[in-house]
Amino acid sequence: MAEYFTLFISAVLINNFVLTKFLGLCIFFGISKNLSASVGMGMAVTSVMTMSSILAWLLYFFILEPFHLTFLTTITFVVLTASFVQLLELVIKKQAPALYNMWGIYLLLIATNCIVLAVPLLNVENSYSLLKSIVFAIGSGLGFALAIILMASLREKLAYANVPKPLQGIGVAFLLAGMLSLAFLGFSGMKI
Amino acid sequence: MKELWQIFSKGLLAENPIFILALSLCPALAVTTTVVNGLTMGLTVTFVISTNNVVVSIIRHWVNPKVRVPVYITSIATIVTVAELVLQAYAPDLYKALGIYLDLVVVFAIILARAEVFASKNGVVKSFLDGFGMGCGFTLAMVIISVIRELIGAGTILGMPVFGADYNPMLIMILPPGAFMLIGYLVAANKTWNENREKKAAAREREAAKAARLAAQEKGAEA
Repeated sequence: MAEYFTLFISAVLINNFVLTKFLGLCIFFGISKNLSASVGMGMAVTSVMTMSSILAWLLYFFILEPFHLTFLTTITFVVLTASFVQLLELVIKKQAPALYNMWGIYLLLIATNCIVLAVPLLNVENSYSLLKSIVFAIGSGLGFALAIILMASLREKLAYANVPKPLQGIGVAFLLAGMLSLAFLGFSGMKI
Repeated sequence: MKELWQIFSKGLLAENPIFILALSLCPALAVTTTVVNGLTMGLTVTFVISTNNVVVSIIRHWVNPKVRVPVYITSIATIVTVAELVLQAYAPDLYKALGIYLDLVVVFAIILARAEVFASKNGVVKSFLDGFGMGCGFTLAMVIISVIRELIGAGTILGMPVFGADYNPMLIMILPPGAFMLIGYLVAANKTWNENREKKAAAREREAAKAARLAAQEKGAEA
């Protein structure tokens, strides 16, 4: 049990995907202008990542490894995550139009995104068990959500600040991300 | 010839993938802790983007537009796998250092964007030059960022000490926060530089217009 807890906490805080591993930066900077969109994006990424890591895990340990096809991992995972997201979009559009109106647009954005591809790859690289992969995926997704929501809240406050002209826009966003990352660096001293 | 040069050179500065288009930033931050890593990443991306542009350009007449994106992604993934296997065989240390970011070259926005915007509409030679130029621009940016980070953060360039033994390295530049802040300042510097250049160009245009008007007036007076 403790093992899973450690894995979860380290995925959320210590090895935060955005702030210490630089994954998913495009959506992190693109979406965090708006707080409610950031919450939606965080949830969408978490759910897609969890489901696609389960699929990728099954695919890897039941097909790729027994048949010695592990050199095809990158190709299969890319095709898998991209087509899975498209499929999910179709299903949600048909079955839950209200949900689609809320999240549909984010699904398209994460179809080929590094953060969604990275988690399945890391799972098989570290040869996690299926349960561990799920815990890791949820933890990473929540870590992403935490980072993007914090960033969006900060950027909303930034609207009232007097930012020097050259730094306006994306420049100051990077500095903010640097400060956040510095704060998260504090967690790396944590022993659990 | 001039046209070909323009296709190649626009990727270097005018449309630099990292500083101007702000695409594919993940690797720019993650692997630039040392110059060697940054350079390897840059060269890998250059190889992938130019090869992929050639492939896309060759198959552009046979691919149904409806399925073009999956086709491009499969092509990119294949080329990345080739690059990965080569690195794994001949430079295992670098392969380990780049780790997961090498796999993630597959989803770089810049590679798919060049295939979609340029290679799917142009011939093989032009597409290759476009990809090669973009790749060189990317490599240039990676080298600039990694030189600054390694120099300040470890006091070395390519592993060779520069400042001597007395230098106390600023470790933060190698850690993630330093990367974010450095990019922030680089973006700001680039923005200022671009604005100045535009201002100068506008001033030059005004001068030229003024000179032309004066010349026209003189001509009128003579007549």
